[in-house]
Amino acid sequence: MDLFVINIIDGLIYGLLLFMLSSGLTLIFSMMGVLNLSHAAFYMLGAYLAYQISVITGFWVGLIVAPILVTILGAGVERYGLRRVHQYGHVPELIFTFGLFFVIEELVQYIWGRSMVNYSSPESLDFIAFSLAGGTIPAYKVFMLLISVGIFVALYYVLARTRIGMIIQAALSYPKTVEALGHNVPLVFMGVFGVGTGLAGLAGVIAGPSLTTFPGMAFLLGSIVFVCVVVGGLGSLSGAFIASLLIGWLQTFAASYNVGAADILIAMGYEFPKDVYYHPWRDLWTLTLPQIGPILPYILLILVLVFKPNGLFGKRET
Amino acid sequence: MKIFKTIASFAFAAGVFLSSSVFADTVKIAFIDPLSGPFATTGTGGLAQWKFAVEKLVNEKGGVLGGKKMEIVALDNKMDGKESLVQVQVAIDQGIRFIAQGNSSGIANAITDMVKKHNKRNPDKRVIFINYSAVDPALTNDKCNFWHFRFDANADIKMDVLTDIIADNSAMKKMYLIGQDYSFGKAVAAAAEKYLAQKTSIEIVGNELHPIGKVKDFTPYARKILAAGADGVITGNWGADMVNLGRSLKESGFSGPIYCYYCAGDGITKTFSAAGEGMLNVVHEGAMNPTNPELVAYHKEFKAKYPAADLNQARIMTATMMIAKAIEEAGSADDVVKIAYALEGMEFYNDILKTKVVMREKDHQAIQNVNVSVHTKDIDIDYDNSGYGVKTYATVEMASADSPTTCKMKRP
Repeated sequence: MDLFVINIIDGLIYGLLLFMLSSGLTLIFSMMGVLNLSHAAFYMLGAYLAYQISVITGFWVGLIVAPILVTILGAGVERYGLRRVHQYGHVPELIFTFGLFFVIEELVQYIWGRSMVNYSSPESLDFIAFSLAGGTIPAYKVFMLLISVGIFVALYYVLARTRIGMIIQAALSYPKTVEALGHNVPLVFMGVFGVGTGLAGLAGVIAGPSLTTFPGMAFLLGSIVFVCVVVGGLGSLSGAFIASLLIGWLQTFAASYNVGAADILIAMGYEFPKDVYYHPWRDLWTLTLPQIGPILPYILLILVLVFKPNGLFGKRET
Repeated sequence: MKIFKTIASFAFAAGVFLSSSVFADTVKIAFIDPLSGPFATTGTGGLAQWKFAVEKLVNEKGGVLGGKKMEIVALDNKMDGKESLVQVQVAIDQGIRFIAQGNSSGIANAITDMVKKHNKRNPDKRVIFINYSAVDPALTNDKCNFWHFRFDANADIKMDVLTDIIADNSAMKKMYLIGQDYSFGKAVAAAAEKYLAQKTSIEIVGNELHPIGKVKDFTPYARKILAAGADGVITGNWGADMVNLGRSLKESGFSGPIYCYYCAGDGITKTFSAAGEGMLNVVHEGAMNPTNPELVAYHKEFKAKYPAADLNQARIMTATMMIAKAIEEAGSADDVVKIAYALEGMEFYNDILKTKVVMREKDHQAIQNVNVSVHTKDIDIDYDNSGYGVKTYATVEMASADSPTTCKMKRP
């Protein structure tokens, strides 16, 4: 039972981190109709920039400055890159972001090397927040949780309660009409793209010390973010939120319980082979839930696409 | 006259071409390992050590065969099996006779198969496979062949040494085994199970494999290990998988020792720094601390040239010197059969590390001293420029020298 509670907390922290990435991605999708394949690269860029700043001035300055830098960079990419490509249709846009992913990834490795960097959490958060079931939750994890919740609340408030949010929402669905009413829609697009990538950057800043800042980090998290967005329904913020938490918990619980094929086979009446390491069916006998954990989100993705092509909360076709 | 001219120029061109291939100025070793992607750290670190060893230990001492220089040709395999085989072919096509690879036993298994087939079909273009890091025991057992030489201690030998040390630690009652899901991870788990049962009464409270390079957050694994009441953890993890596992364990409140194969250098030591003090126990050949004057001098020059890299694979020095010696003994850098015969059974004294190494004849497994060291600040030679490094506290001399092997190799 205690392990269950602790897994709920761990999964929540991980899920909220995923949300920070998927929220930006889903907003950008609803705006441009294109998946930003370079999204995870901005996440990585955030972590590395924050690392660089933290070496000079400490963690807290990096926490503020790095996401702002990523936001500016993202806005620049939209203004001088995507906007020009936009007129040629969706496929060139997609290819543009695809290429951008590799450019950023290589650039990061060129600047900071191919080794992992020692980006660590601030000393002021280097204590145990609370203990549960013999395990501990470090203060930094609680800090991650608070930041993520704060971002969700702020994002929801801006989009649902402010005038800017109204214009963004309107521009998402009826850009021509909003433009005709005298609003600067390209500016809105640039802003949303900038903030979306900035959120990815912020996710990198706070995830870097916890999940290790290394050249493979973008690749590792990149694909799972798309799953969150598609499962939640493309363009749906609340969908992305629910899907991120769902996948966070799915992965945490899958990794946590060693239920294996052996248990099922034994229950079916088969006998556990004596020398399993040399058994022809070794791979089946030793298969466990944690081993297939990482592909569970993709199975979920396929099931959702088959049975509910719009995603859990999406309104438009994928 | 015109025809004569044409023939003459052809002959000249052919002569130039022939002479360049016959009197090849360098002895090339193809280095095939990841130089890009998630595992690039390990690959680039190994490359620096190879380049330096060849330069310092062979070329500066006059080269081989009366002045020929040795050269490392770096080929990026992107940590991919297929890509590795393509690169092996590239090396063969360039006339290279030595293939060095180490990262991932899965890839080493593929390369050893390819080399075996290639050498059978192309007796005039044979190559030697220098395996400097892949430790899957199968490579010197069921899958052994005459062309494969392993310079690292294999997973079984390391586990034999590690379990000797664990048996001496009376605080260890429950052990958790966790590793990456591929041939090497499985070999570590199998060896740990076997030796723990043989030597100790320690209970194995968990034995699992996780997908390699795909786990984003190890926290749930750490929770599970704690919940199982483990006193210690044995893992063959490397790269980011090792760092994330260790950090998650630390953060989740685990205080026991982690016994590991690859928890030093390549950014791992720096990432752990103070958090790893006394926690990480690494089994390896080639002790760095306590040190000796020759090693300090070699290390100093290495750091001057490659400030970002470390001497964390001491066997690269041994491999370089043993290859050079074998070439001298064979009197040729191209007659691979002679070189391989010179290598097998070779007894070699590494005067920098002050250790003896024997390339065991029956399976081409190097037999050498194997150490267990702890991550600490109390050292002379550090890793990752972090001030932290590993200090040897136990050594098994010529570990597993008489261990059995199922290898039955055919010799040409």
